[in-house]
Amino acid sequence: MLDQTEDGYITVDGRKIGGVVMEMKNITLRFGGVVAIKDISFDIREGEIRAIIGPNGAGKSSMLNVISGFYNPQEGEVWYHGKPRPRMKPFQVAQQGIARTFQNIALFEGMSVLDNVMTGRLNKMDGSLWKQAIWKGAAEREEVENREKAEQIIDFLEIQAIRKTPVSRLPYGLKKRVELARALVAEPKLLLLDEPMAGMNVEEKEDMSRFILDVNDEFGTTIALIEHDMGVVMDLSDRVVVMDYGKKIGDGTPDEVRNNQEVIDAYLGVAHD
Amino acid sequence: MPDALLFGTEVFLNGLMAGVLYALVALGFVLIYKASGIFNYAQGVMALFAAMTLHGIMVGQVPFAHLINATFGTHIHHFGWEIPALLAIVLTVIVMILLAWLVQRYVFRHLVGQEPIILFMATIGLAYFLEGVADLMWGSDIKTLDVGIPQGGSFWIEENTQWMGMGNENFYGFFLDKLDLVATVIAAILVVALVLFSQYTKQGRAMRAVADDHQAALSVGIRLNSIWVLVWSVAGFVALVAGIMWGSKSGVQFSLSLIALKALPVLMLGGFTSIPGAIVGGLIIGVGEKLFEFAVGPLVGGATENWFAYVLALIFLVFRPQGLFGEKIIERV
Ligand SMILES: Nc1ncnc2c1ncn2[C@@H]1O[C@H](COP(=O)(O)OP(=O)(O)OP(=O)(O)O)[C@@H](O)[C@H]1O
Ligand SMILES: [Mg+2]
Repeated sequence: MLDQTEDGYITVDGRKIGGVVMEMKNITLRFGGVVAIKDISFDIREGEIRAIIGPNGAGKSSMLNVISGFYNPQEGEVWYHGKPRPRMKPFQVAQQGIARTFQNIALFEGMSVLDNVMTGRLNKMDGSLWKQAIWKGAAEREEVENREKAEQIIDFLEIQAIRKTPVSRLPYGLKKRVELARALVAEPKLLLLDEPMAGMNVEEKEDMSRFILDVNDEFGTTIALIEHDMGVVMDLSDRVVVMDYGKKIGDGTPDEVRNNQEVIDAYLGVAHD
Repeated sequence: MPDALLFGTEVFLNGLMAGVLYALVALGFVLIYKASGIFNYAQGVMALFAAMTLHGIMVGQVPFAHLINATFGTHIHHFGWEIPALLAIVLTVIVMILLAWLVQRYVFRHLVGQEPIILFMATIGLAYFLEGVADLMWGSDIKTLDVGIPQGGSFWIEENTQWMGMGNENFYGFFLDKLDLVATVIAAILVVALVLFSQYTKQGRAMRAVADDHQAALSVGIRLNSIWVLVWSVAGFVALVAGIMWGSKSGVQFSLSLIALKALPVLMLGGFTSIPGAIVGGLIIGVGEKLFEFAVGPLVGGATENWFAYVLALIFLVFRPQGLFGEKIIERV
């Protein structure tokens, strides 16, 4: 059992985790008759890697979509930095410093890798047209700055070689990496990753795991991720939420949830009552 | 120089200038289609509405005068002032931006995620509604629009190209309409400005992002609604420019809205999502239909301009369904 206090806790590998940044309180989300999320509560703490796992259709992606404003729950509240968050559109959530990737990859297929990454910087750009048109110096300085940040992230994720390649020509594994780059370039405080390693081979998975750990370590980014590969989840995450049929059936360190009987049953497909 | 070559060249040049105007109208379609997947049937009516509004503002007409008089028993029709063309154009631009906002706010915001056919139907409704509003606001009589663009043949060009006949007695130099020349220059400037805008400004980048992938655009913090208002505003502006050109030439009346029909073959040729496609497609149609009329028209009794563009586009469609610049679509099996 982790010794959690209000200020945080020390992880198994000795990293210091801070206070709660995001808290889901009794979230319920329905699609017509389907209840995708049933009264779920959990928190995400500053600096940690928080995994959400569960069988197919458990409601994991739905949960990430609630956090990022793509879905609005019928019941419950999302608390961000100690305050209840009003109903928000995805663009507003993004402006609060929350970036994400998608299970089915959503890239700008018609653009190059570099343009995709640059588009991730849009929120950091000054929007007033007058300034862009008249005060060319400022606009140029800003452009250079954004460009530098983009190149830095591209180097970080080791995709320099494909900078100018149109995204539509890339294999699946690299697309996932470009999508991560586009999320990172916004310098998010909270990063949401929906199955960042789905469809990858062992080597690609190892690379991606390393990048996720490095992001967390070097930028201090808080990360919430959904992943099916148990080995990966055990290696990467500090705490795990387990979902099944829209309900939370486990929450704790990887070791704790691994030994939780309900979790084992869910994964072995024991009949539900 | 032989007659055929000289007059053929003149026809070619006139075709190019007509083509620029077709391209401009097609561009309005492409902008909205790319950003939102909506085929905007109302694009032609927007041009009519813009031209009528510009005319009404310039002559100081009271909008909805008929309605007001019928309701209150008054007899107002004009404010009694005239507004210079440039200021009137600025005011009309503001009206078009307002229209874009209203259309997004009260129609398309409620139709996000609907089938394309539903969106298309909505634009048909919008077209007839807007036409009705335009008539109600400014009256349905034919108006002459004069924003100060010179009209008639350019003698300067005629005189200075006469030498090209190289002694041909029948040739007096190229006859080009000044209005067409001005329209060509303005359309060219507009196209360059649009390209610069979409390449180098934050809003332009966001516009391209939205055109490419809505979900991804949302995730990087782009506000879809405001981008759509922006796109409709730009399309409204393009419609205004087309309305001014066409209206100055042939008067402002219902038939102005039919310029949209000229844009359809251009879109079939250039593809619905390609800005270069709209421009090159417009030029090909413009030149093609004028040359065809010149060369074949007399043999078949003329009036080929009514159908030539469509036949050309149809033939083209059969061989290159993805348009001039679209990538070849290969069905995955
Ligand atoms: N937009 C939607 N409209 C209707 N139903 C939805 C929608 N999104 C999710 N659902 C339903 O909600 C339930 C949970 O789906 P969700 O995608 O969140 O599961 P998941 O845990 O991410 O599954 P997977 O591991 O397969 O990605 C499913 O029954 C799904 O059909
Ligand atoms: Mg999922």
